[in-house]
Amino acid sequence: MRSVARVLLAPAVGSLFLWMIVPLAMTIYFSVIRYNLMEPGEHAFVGIENFRYFITDPSFGTAIINTLLLLGSVIAITVVLGILIALLVNEPFPGQGIVRVLLISPFFVMPTVNALLWKHMMMNPIYGVLAHVWRAFGLTPIDWLSDWPLLSVIIMVAWQWLPFAILIFITSLQGMNREQLEAARMDGATWFQQFRFLVLPHLARSIAVVVMIEMIFLLSVFAEISTTTAGGPGDASTNIAYLIFKQALLGFDVGVASAGALFAVLLANIAAAFLIRLVGKNMDR
Amino acid sequence: MDFTSETGIKIALAIRSIAAWFVALLLFFPILFMLVTSFKTELQAIAVPSIWIFTPTLDNYTHVQERSDYLLYAKNSFITSVVSTIVGLLIAAPAAYSMAFFPTKRTKGILMWMLSTKMMPAVGALVPVYVLAQSSHLLDTKFVLIVVFMLSNLPLMVWMLYSHFKDIPPEILEAARMDGATLASEFRHVILPLAMGGIASTGLLCLVLAWNEAFWSLNLTAANAGTLAALIATYSSPEGLFWSTLSAASVLAIAPIVVFGWFSQKQLVQGLTFGAVK
Repeated sequence: MRSVARVLLAPAVGSLFLWMIVPLAMTIYFSVIRYNLMEPGEHAFVGIENFRYFITDPSFGTAIINTLLLLGSVIAITVVLGILIALLVNEPFPGQGIVRVLLISPFFVMPTVNALLWKHMMMNPIYGVLAHVWRAFGLTPIDWLSDWPLLSVIIMVAWQWLPFAILIFITSLQGMNREQLEAARMDGATWFQQFRFLVLPHLARSIAVVVMIEMIFLLSVFAEISTTTAGGPGDASTNIAYLIFKQALLGFDVGVASAGALFAVLLANIAAAFLIRLVGKNMDR
Repeated sequence: MDFTSETGIKIALAIRSIAAWFVALLLFFPILFMLVTSFKTELQAIAVPSIWIFTPTLDNYTHVQERSDYLLYAKNSFITSVVSTIVGLLIAAPAAYSMAFFPTKRTKGILMWMLSTKMMPAVGALVPVYVLAQSSHLLDTKFVLIVVFMLSNLPLMVWMLYSHFKDIPPEILEAARMDGATLASEFRHVILPLAMGGIASTGLLCLVLAWNEAFWSLNLTAANAGTLAALIATYSSPEGLFWSTLSAASVLAIAPIVVFGWFSQKQLVQGLTFGAVK
């Protein structure tokens, strides 16, 4: 039985191991040589020069901050609004089914469509819907992508992931102990007390799940940036993923891009270590 | 206001319904706006204030097919997402089964390691994968996309299936084994029927993720194996205002998966629990 179990496990472990180790080994090799697609010839060994170049690039610090800002704000927005909306639609009301379908729809919209839809139809400073709204209130429309590029990307990504959070929280709320809530209400607990001491603890596990899944996908947001702001203006909306892409495919510098990729791996591992503690704790309960 | 009296409860319900509908329509509005715009002429599309009553036209949709072969891209999206999901399930299910029913002291570590490969940003592997694909003449083929989609969804698949298999009481398996069931028949007649819901929802989620995947399709494909996500990105280059065409193309790109998502919504929710939400 043991050996059969191992055989069944082998394809998944083997393919994932290759998927991890081959690119990683190649990246490490590329990161210590001079390898520019525009300069043919010898790939000389340059040691840590590529790393120094990537770190001292002024874009690097900005990209790290932007990556964390994007990750943090989208997670905060989706968890807070997700819980509130899930609570709002949890009890039956007329049209509950349709409301749910409408709420989850943005999750199925592909990132490139999401990006173009917001860039042109929502955020265009002259014709966009948001400009209409601003004018209706007598305000000057905002040029979202030029003046608030990172915020614009955050809005797009949050719009896509909010439905995911709502879905998870709705599922979790349906498993709530109703008698307990009823008893608390009888004892005169306020809405806030019920929320703080009964609902929130019940949601703890699903919050961990939402944070984990979103972290995995949000560390490498790419399409929303590349199709809207292209990281700009300047580096205002460049995250680590997009910075590496810029070095590799726009700067043709494979060496520096590989050094950057190793930083991304490092960042991902720090996040993973954090996550494993978070999820591991929840698994043991 | 007293919300415990009968009229009070009715008013509270009315407020809650209105609020819920308002939030839902607000979140759905961008999609609705896009759908409506796709039936307008370009001039109507950018009219200020927005026009909501007009004679719908289908010109934009024919224009999309003329400009680029929509059906080819749709076929590519369909094949890559479906095949990668099926192959992924075939590899993930035995692994999840093995870990759920024959756990060793390393099982938890293996699961965490699998998940951590998913944490590695795709861009970190872009250059090596690009170089490998190029040197094996696999750039711009459906094959390379299928492999990459499958591998990047595999950790989530194993994870989700593992938590579903974990929910099956081991006693049932022992009973089956007592009756002399072989491993294969045990899997087919006991595990599969019990975990079908979980397998279906895992497949559904990975199908959605593969259909919407943009990073690899943007960077590894061109005119030959491009998916809808890559096709839409070609509309990002500025050529003046072209909202109607863009909308029509976008609607065509998301309609199959959005409609599919609506119908499978209930099933999907079960799978998204990851064994942790219940």
